[in-house]
Amino acid sequence: MTSWFYREWPWYVAGPLIGLFVPALLLAGNKVFGISGNLRHLCSAVLPSRLEFFQYDWKSKGLWNLVFLAGVLIGGFLGSHFGAPYAINISPATVAALNHSGIHDFSGVAPHELFTWHALLTLRGFISIVVGGLLVGFGTQYAGGCTSGHAISGLANFELPSLIAVFGFFAGGLAATYFILPFVIGRI
Amino acid sequence: MTDKPLPDFDGCGTSGADENIRPAFLLVYLLLGVAFGVVLTRSEVLSWFRIQEMFYFQSFRMYGIIGSAVATAAVSIALIKAVALKSADGKPIVIPRKTLGSGISYAAGGTIFGLGWALTGACPGPLFALIGNGVTVMIVAAVSALAGTWVYGWLRPNLPH
Repeated sequence: MTSWFYREWPWYVAGPLIGLFVPALLLAGNKVFGISGNLRHLCSAVLPSRLEFFQYDWKSKGLWNLVFLAGVLIGGFLGSHFGAPYAINISPATVAALNHSGIHDFSGVAPHELFTWHALLTLRGFISIVVGGLLVGFGTQYAGGCTSGHAISGLANFELPSLIAVFGFFAGGLAATYFILPFVIGRI
Repeated sequence: MTDKPLPDFDGCGTSGADENIRPAFLLVYLLLGVAFGVVLTRSEVLSWFRIQEMFYFQSFRMYGIIGSAVATAAVSIALIKAVALKSADGKPIVIPRKTLGSGISYAAGGTIFGLGWALTGACPGPLFALIGNGVTVMIVAAVSALAGTWVYGWLRPNLPH
């Protein structure tokens, strides 16, 4: 194996590989690549509810996708276990900007100052994990998709709704990055 | 409940209902999921740091990944349509079109998700891949995302779509 295999894969390897999941799932069984539908399937399966949104046969509609999601979890474990651990090699400018906001530990995939069980009990950890998660759940369902369903599958099929959603993703992401995160991370 | 039916949720991974899915196919989806989890990890798109770097426009990496992923998927879809390929179960491949409606749900929902994407540094796929990576506190983020999903289901009849 070449040396990059054990480090971060170059964008021109990683991107096309991600794109290939679209035809792979279409060919396997006419499935449109997407992840966030699983949140709905899980709610429908786990939380008994009279809400119309969760009244459907999650097994026939979503079992394949829940199995795919279980695979993602396993793949996350496997992927993090080949090669020696290393820090994410982000741009020095981003390191400086994050230092300025109060992030100093760059050793993990996510900053230990925000994403540990201990950090969950701090206000900035709580906002990053719990509030962030809530917005991800609500937003993806309202938009009818996430980065996989809209940004990859939708844009590749030239869907106008997906283009609108992707503009929304970046509008929200930029707003949080410039106006919310520096305050949340730095001043709390 | 509203008078006129709400548009069906036609986003991520709900198309193509199978009444009786064969275990062999489930194994295929499991293996594809495993491969996707590995790619998410080694591409580092699940990293909060990479998401920050992207939103600060300080690296081409994430844009290169998303751009080449869309290009690869678009070419694949065009090829599948051009030669009218069938899926493994012998059915013609169809990709249902999304309904636009007023477009508000895509703009508003997209923006709300974007806020969460920057805060958690993860979209739904990476959220679960991160748990596999050992960032176990993301279990809480995933449960919180389920709560957000439930809140949407509860408010749905009163939201503009």
